[in-house]
Amino acid sequence: MKDQDLYNYILGIADNSLILGQRLGELCGHGPNLETDIALTNIALDLFGQTRSYYQYAAKIAGDGRTEDDIAMLRNERDYKNVLLVEQPNTHFGHVIARQFLFDVYHLQLMNALQHSEDEMLVAIARKGVKEVSYHKRFSGDWLKRLGDGTDESKQKIQEAIDHFWPYTDELFDMSDSDKKMAEQGIGVDLTALKDEYYKQISEVLEEATLTIPDNPYSKRGGKQGIHTEHMGYILTELQYMQRTYPNMTW
Amino acid sequence: MIDLHPNIDAELIPILEEVADPEIPVLTVLDLGVIREAVIRNGKVLIKLTPTYSGCPAMDVIGDDLKAAFLKKGMEAEITLVLAPAWSTDWISEEGKRKMEAYGIAAPLEETADKEALLGNKPLVKCTNCGSTHTRLVSQFGSTACKALFQCEDCMEPFDYFKCLK
Ligand SMILES: [Zn+2]
Repeated sequence: MKDQDLYNYILGIADNSLILGQRLGELCGHGPNLETDIALTNIALDLFGQTRSYYQYAAKIAGDGRTEDDIAMLRNERDYKNVLLVEQPNTHFGHVIARQFLFDVYHLQLMNALQHSEDEMLVAIARKGVKEVSYHKRFSGDWLKRLGDGTDESKQKIQEAIDHFWPYTDELFDMSDSDKKMAEQGIGVDLTALKDEYYKQISEVLEEATLTIPDNPYSKRGGKQGIHTEHMGYILTELQYMQRTYPNMTW
Repeated sequence: MIDLHPNIDAELIPILEEVADPEIPVLTVLDLGVIREAVIRNGKVLIKLTPTYSGCPAMDVIGDDLKAAFLKKGMEAEITLVLAPAWSTDWISEEGKRKMEAYGIAAPLEETADKEALLGNKPLVKCTNCGSTHTRLVSQFGSTACKALFQCEDCMEPFDYFKCLK
């Protein structure tokens, strides 16, 4: 493939949205109340929509006859390059909100920066995405504050969730070889440059939510190299079930 | 500057006016502003369609409905999805906004007012049932990603508000 690095770069971004969307989709009909159920599944829908744009573009670059669906449904676990954070289970509402917020802040930074890419298609996707992602961040940030500054129980649960996911945040800023090459060419985003601002923004909201900023130097990583946690296989089993059982089926 | 008047062949307009948004059937695709171009080239209708939201499931349906509407007139239509420039609620026509309100969905406010309303700072969204602005935000996400759920404090009517997207 001529543009292997661009292809890898696009999939790196898209896989995060696909897997997080799949996680949120699990909550359809299971949200804590009707409004949050609808909100979380709407966010999932936005993420899937963005994923489609990326995969369609990636399929065009690959030029080997594969479609967006093949890329989404027919890869093996090691070929998915999403960060470990987005594949972590929903566990309880505090976990859903903490995981979402820690991702949304990064995602919005990425969408803002990607609007300055040298690649026209990525600029178009980012311009569309930035409007949606700012909404996601507003939703998760509001809930974080509401839970943190809420009852004793909600505070304890959301703090536990933030502490739990904290070690997964560092990987968001890891750059693969393709990421580095794309950043050098002005197509990709230099993720390392986003890191300070990320923790600054997170800390501000945590403070407003009367929560404690975790002081944990330990970090967990691997997803960006395709080395996933035990949860990933289960997600793919569900995600790919129809295509694996009835190859090439369409609705 | 975004062109509010996309390149559309006059003879295609009556056919486009027959194709409605599947979610808000009182709006045609022209009211919604999602048709960025519609021209006849070598006997084929070429349409550029832009999505409202990335994941809007209505887009695939709109594409199919457009093809069907032209096929009925003996014309073949080819749909291309274009992302840039990104759709904005400014592209909904004034006529479209009126129809939307009559249908029970509050039309998008301008950007600053929209923010105030969605943050719950100021009651600015007008109830589609009684016209009161004494309304409150129930949920930032309504029945679809493009809408938020409000309730009127005067007549108690719950209603959707079409969020401003810029
Ligand atoms: Zn009312």
